[in-house]
Amino acid sequence: MTRVAMVITRVRAEEKMLLEVFRQRGTDPELIRDEELVINPSVIDPRWDEFDIVLQRSLSTSRGLYLLELFDAWGVPTVNSLRTASICSDKFKTSLALAKAGVPQPEVRIAFTPQSALEAVTELGYPAVLKPMIGSWGRLLAKVSDADAAEAVLEHRQTLGNYPYHVHFVQSYVEKPRGRDIRAFVVAGETICAIYRSSSHWVTNTARGASVEQCPVTAELQDLCRRASEAVGGGVLAMDVFETEGGFVLNEINHTMEFRNSIEPTGVDIAGRIVDYALALAAQLERGEGE
Amino acid sequence: MSEIACVECGAEIRLDEDVIQNEILPCPDCGVELEVMSLDPVQLALAPEVEEDWGE
Repeated sequence: MTRVAMVITRVRAEEKMLLEVFRQRGTDPELIRDEELVINPSVIDPRWDEFDIVLQRSLSTSRGLYLLELFDAWGVPTVNSLRTASICSDKFKTSLALAKAGVPQPEVRIAFTPQSALEAVTELGYPAVLKPMIGSWGRLLAKVSDADAAEAVLEHRQTLGNYPYHVHFVQSYVEKPRGRDIRAFVVAGETICAIYRSSSHWVTNTARGASVEQCPVTAELQDLCRRASEAVGGGVLAMDVFETEGGFVLNEINHTMEFRNSIEPTGVDIAGRIVDYALALAAQLERGEGE
Repeated sequence: MSEIACVECGAEIRLDEDVIQNEILPCPDCGVELEVMSLDPVQLALAPEVEEDWGE
């Protein structure tokens, strides 16, 4: 039997579904609660060393990354990999990986001071979007329509934020047709389903109340997501895609995706696909075939 | 299946048999998110506020 562990901060609907599917497949994952851990990096925990695969589902990005570093150092396979999580948790690294792979994305600039960030916004043109380098669920996104607004947001970031908020990620604003964008669910490079997320607000996260309907997985979307997946190291990914007159552009990639609102509109057993991928990867590594 | 009161509004919440520690449950009456802190005895608390680096 494949020995599986799942790292959690809380048990959301997604983790509950994943646990149920693992049990249906004949394995009962051990839950590792990240809040309870005290780690000695010098000593391999013999209990952890027995796992064939670890599914990293921490809510906390930083805890997730540290634990992936640990598992990677100890040679314990994980979903997602350290490389994938490291790239996808950081918007700059994601943008860089997409650029190197030639995957279309909105225009992006990185700047380290409010003054240079303001220059970057001016260069991209208004409106533009200021984002924290690390963050999720649409938190602290700011669409700035003129220099006054940009100066105000940048001053607030500088005054209120910790150092990560002082690295400014500036993105050109992409007008969304019909107020929607696409979330594509990608497992091992294959787009297994996709949804349109629609909102009267310019931020279309379902965590912020966007409505959802199925989006057809066209050959163009499949190709874009496959290339993006390869660019960031593969695994289990949720990709946010904008529709433009020139074709799709890839906005962001999430490596610990939520999917509870996307099962019913797509009819796809997303938890089942994730579990099957994790078990297949564990079996493949067991046979010594590598990733 | 057991029942326990919502710590926010006092409504009775029915827990499924497969409920697990740290599971997040919405209160059907007041809508607040609750966390299952322990199973024996069953204890609920308000789910924590989202922290800065939480997300997908």
